[in-house]
Amino acid sequence: MTLGLINANPVVHAKKERVARTEDLHGDDAVDPLEIYDILLSVDIRDPEHPYSLEQLSVLSEESITVDDKLGRILITFTPTVQHCSMATVIGLCLRVKLKHYFPPHYKVDIKVSPGSHANEESVNKQLNDKERVAAALENPNLRQLVDECLYSNEL
Amino acid sequence: MAVPSELTQRIESFVDASRSPTQQAASLDAITSLVKNDLLTIENLVREMEMYLTTTDTVIRARGTLLLAEVLTNLASKPLDNATIHSLIKFFSDRLADWRALRGALVGCLALLRRKTSAGTVIASDAKGVAESYLHNLQVQSLGQHDRKLCFELLECLFESYSNELASLGDVLIYGICEAVDGEKDPHCLMQAFHIIEVLVRLFPDPSGPLASYCADLSEFLGRYFPIHFTHPNGEEVDVKRDDLSRALMLAFSSTPLFEPFSVPLFLEKLSSSLPSAKVDSLKYLSYCTFKYGADRMAKHAKAIWSSLKNTISNSLLEPTKSFTSESLYGLGFQESEIATEALILLQAVFMQNNDLFLSLIVDDEDISTIFNTITSYLSYNDIPLQVKQRLHVVGRILYNATKTNFASCNRFLESFFPCLMAILELPERNSSGDFCINEEHISPKRLHFGAVYLCVELLSACRDLIMGSGDIAGNSVPAHEACCGMLQRYSVSLTNAFCSTLATGANEVSDYVDIYFRVKGLQILATFPEGFLPISETLFENILRTFMSIISMDFNQTLLWKLALKALVHIGTFVDGCNESEKAQSYTGIVVQSILSLVHSDDCTLPFALKLEAIFEIGASGSSHMLKIIQGLEETALANLSDVYIHGNTKSAEMATQLLECFSKKVFPWIHETGGLEEVLLRFAINVWNHVESWKACNVQVQGKGILDATMVAMKLAVGSCSEENQNTIIQKAYSILSSNTSLLLKESTSILTPIHLEGLQLTQQMDKFSCKDEWILLLFASVIVAGRPKMHIPNIKEILKLFVATFLKGYVPSAQALGSMINKLGPKATEAENSSDYALEEAMDMIFKTKISNSFDNGVLSQCDGTCNGSEMVLADLCLGFVDNRLLQVHAIVGLTWIGKGLLLRGHEKVKDVIMILLQCLLSDGSEGASELEQSLLENTREQDLDLSVINSAADAFHILMSDSDDCLNRKFHAIVRPLYKQRFFSIAMPILQSLIVKSDSSFSRCMLYRATAHVISDAPLIAVLSEAKKLTPILLEGLSVLSQDALDKEKLYDLLLVLSGILMDKNGQGAIIEHAHNVIKCLTELVAYPHKMLVRETAIQCLVAMSELPHTRIYPFRTQVLGAISKALDDSKRAVRQEAVRCRRAWSVL
Repeated sequence: MTLGLINANPVVHAKKERVARTEDLHGDDAVDPLEIYDILLSVDIRDPEHPYSLEQLSVLSEESITVDDKLGRILITFTPTVQHCSMATVIGLCLRVKLKHYFPPHYKVDIKVSPGSHANEESVNKQLNDKERVAAALENPNLRQLVDECLYSNEL
Repeated sequence: MAVPSELTQRIESFVDASRSPTQQAASLDAITSLVKNDLLTIENLVREMEMYLTTTDTVIRARGTLLLAEVLTNLASKPLDNATIHSLIKFFSDRLADWRALRGALVGCLALLRRKTSAGTVIASDAKGVAESYLHNLQVQSLGQHDRKLCFELLECLFESYSNELASLGDVLIYGICEAVDGEKDPHCLMQAFHIIEVLVRLFPDPSGPLASYCADLSEFLGRYFPIHFTHPNGEEVDVKRDDLSRALMLAFSSTPLFEPFSVPLFLEKLSSSLPSAKVDSLKYLSYCTFKYGADRMAKHAKAIWSSLKNTISNSLLEPTKSFTSESLYGLGFQESEIATEALILLQAVFMQNNDLFLSLIVDDEDISTIFNTITSYLSYNDIPLQVKQRLHVVGRILYNATKTNFASCNRFLESFFPCLMAILELPERNSSGDFCINEEHISPKRLHFGAVYLCVELLSACRDLIMGSGDIAGNSVPAHEACCGMLQRYSVSLTNAFCSTLATGANEVSDYVDIYFRVKGLQILATFPEGFLPISETLFENILRTFMSIISMDFNQTLLWKLALKALVHIGTFVDGCNESEKAQSYTGIVVQSILSLVHSDDCTLPFALKLEAIFEIGASGSSHMLKIIQGLEETALANLSDVYIHGNTKSAEMATQLLECFSKKVFPWIHETGGLEEVLLRFAINVWNHVESWKACNVQVQGKGILDATMVAMKLAVGSCSEENQNTIIQKAYSILSSNTSLLLKESTSILTPIHLEGLQLTQQMDKFSCKDEWILLLFASVIVAGRPKMHIPNIKEILKLFVATFLKGYVPSAQALGSMINKLGPKATEAENSSDYALEEAMDMIFKTKISNSFDNGVLSQCDGTCNGSEMVLADLCLGFVDNRLLQVHAIVGLTWIGKGLLLRGHEKVKDVIMILLQCLLSDGSEGASELEQSLLENTREQDLDLSVINSAADAFHILMSDSDDCLNRKFHAIVRPLYKQRFFSIAMPILQSLIVKSDSSFSRCMLYRATAHVISDAPLIAVLSEAKKLTPILLEGLSVLSQDALDKEKLYDLLLVLSGILMDKNGQGAIIEHAHNVIKCLTELVAYPHKMLVRETAIQCLVAMSELPHTRIYPFRTQVLGAISKALDDSKRAVRQEAVRCRRAWSVL
């Protein structure tokens, strides 16, 4: 079996320039897509196959995140780089673990691949949003290690 | 004979290679001292060492020679006779042939050649012998680094002292040196090699002499090192820097014009290399060598230099800067690298030298004429493509720098380029008779091509800088007949008109900001030409000023244009102020200063008031004469507005007056302070304010809001505070006379302090009897003068004034209390002799304040309820504080007053402050237990009364805050308070033990709560070091304080301050010990504060503290893990983003424990 890269030549996009948030000392800061986007990129989840960040590979964008602060719902739609990307579930898992650290338990996080972007779209979605399966995946020591590496690589 | 045997031992131990270096050094020292003290002659030493110096064992021979050489080095100042020196130098120069013992021979030669004349030196023929031996025997490049260095030192030494003998060696010497330096790589040795070549060249100045044939070799050797490029990483070569080497090489290159055929082409070649440092070096070397090689030799290269300069400058430009607002901006705002800067320096250098040659090169340059053709096709800055902009910038910079060099080039450039530019702009010239031949038609901005405007401005500014730089402006030494002068005169009128009319209102919408920038700059330059050079007519100058003023007053919504115009006006103002041109100064004052003042006066102008003030202050700052006029004008306006408010009841003016007075406090007074020597202005201000207040008849206008009075008080304080004692005395005399003659304040209370105390208990919240408006003004302004006075200021009739202040602060006038505190702080101790009867000493004042009975004006039966200690209707201040009169509001006022007095005492380090603390503490504890209790019981039905009760105790607790904190209002260095160093520490160490023991003793929860509150104030204002030293004891109190303060939303600022103290303790190594001891309570307190609803910073800091706590020893904090994680998970849902982020960090820190 060859262990070649699934997507050898990904299209790399430029990093977008950030607009600095204006500090507002009064009033509340509601959770917004930009905040989640910052969280997901702050620890720089890397595509496990390439040394580029998810932003550069255009896997995630600010527009692909929707938030309902009142109901506590977050929906993230990401786009794998190729149709048959086997890493889609790992990326999704990383995103889920990351957000779990950042939000209180009453937030419900949905993670999906964007429609039509993946060959096994349905099964990937199912795997990512099934509590039991996520828990089981995280009990797998190899998978756990992979996720931790993705999340904390630049903290070490 | 002990000496020889000891000597042999010493020699043996030095020569023996197996001994340690310290032993060898010791024996060397011993031998040296023997010779130095004449116990041993050199001859004897040599004789003794014979065997070591002549043996066939090379190691011993080398060591022996070295020993003799080192001894001689150490004996540099001991006189030796000629015969000895002669034989020694003969010996060493022979030894140069012995390569095995070379080190010793080199050191010996150096030691002898370096001797001072007083101690006997080597004669010339011997030195020549050394040189010959050197050239004959030494293969320098085959030696080690240290030996090479010694060899070069020897050469340098010979050059220094025996240059004539060396010169006689001729070809042999040059050849030998070429051979010696060839291939050198060590930086130290290279420094010397470069220097040797420099002095060698100087030795043979004759261009046809022996050097001529070696020039190619020498410059080839030097050229190999150019440009200096260090491959060593930084830090390895500590003592020789790249710059040092580069400079040494430059000096070597420039040492003779003979190098010119070889070096200049090399530099020009390296200029085109891609290495930036090579470019910079080439340019530097070229500039330096230009002077050294001389005009004739450089003329050959002029063309090549010009073309490579042009290329270098255009290739070295970086990104254009975005903003045109910064002052130090060149050309079109392209950032220039070091390369460009050096290139422009070189340009000026070559211009100085070969003026005509380069002039014609530039005038005939094709690139430049192309630019002149190109610019006609673009109208505005934005139309021009980046590439053309860049080229335009380059041309502008070159023209500017070249024009600036001297008058000849200035004339030539203006003659060749100016008419051409004017033709592009379609501006007519003035005919020879001096009449304006322009028809005053409106000049359309359509014709002002940006490129032409830009180049024109560059030429103008270069011309102006040249004139200003030539010094003597006033003496009219600049010849008015210079061609450039005539050229400018011919066009100045039409140019000015063109700029003015396009800048005038309405014409700007279409133009880009950069276009406007250069038009404004052009006008500014035209206006600031020295009169002797370019006599711009009066009308023209005024025209320029009017244009700018109309922009200032009308175009304020075009922010950038407005700012530019203001800046230009300031610039012109500075220029006018700096040179003595009375006519221009007059028109500036007339047009700019006066009209901007009238702008402030008038209401009909639409310009926002804040902008008015900004403009007026900036213009004032351009020159002190302008500022003085402006200050006077502002002062009149402010006071007129004040009177308008209080006499005519015009509330509209109130806001304006307030803003003006604030402008005085914030801008004018600091400016006066910086400028210095303008005290009479301050004096005048203060006196004028007093005069105005005096002139008010009875005014009973109710002005809402204290803003205006507060602003006046601040201004008064600052004005008085910056005055000298004399002027302060004048002011206080004036103030006192008004106080005593215009009000009834002093008369009424001349004998005893009458305090009306109402006992209609329930309605007394606000209803103290008020003074009339005028009286209030006079009282508070008087208090301001007292607050700002210097300690030596002479206050008339102190006794009465003290009484007045006591009486008024009891009515609730805090400034009175502050003035009283200031007086107490500044009064001198009792004078030994009463030289002046009105001098009042501190002790008397204290007696007066604390002992004088304060009579009550009530006369009903309530008195009997007072405590036995105060008899009848009179009681002292302390009693009032303690609430012996049943008037809570009065009690609060008394406490506030006492606090300020206490602060005055504390700052000067008076021990009486202890009594004040005790009184305050008694007030704190008076809850229900003190004398007035029964009285309260009877009246307590009303809740309002209860509130007041609480406010008494609160104000007593807050008094500690006033005592400890720095106040802006009074008692600070600005207002000349006497401040002893470390007073906060002292207060901390006095008050803390008392508070601590009281807390332990206290049994009611309410009073303990109040004590914690007071303690919290003391802790949070004390220096952290003081708190840290007692962290163990203080931590529990601090925690209690936190929980007390977190009850009330009003205390959030105090809570935050106190929390910062806790975090300070957490960060400190000793403090952590204390925290660990109370870990349980700290965690509990912090987890509560994580949810503190009133202040985001409190929550954030609390979480940060928790993060810091996770670093503490694992065993101590692990038990709290669940508790903390529970609290933090709530914080994850915080409404503030910053808090959420901290919470995530904290959760991570604790979850990995």
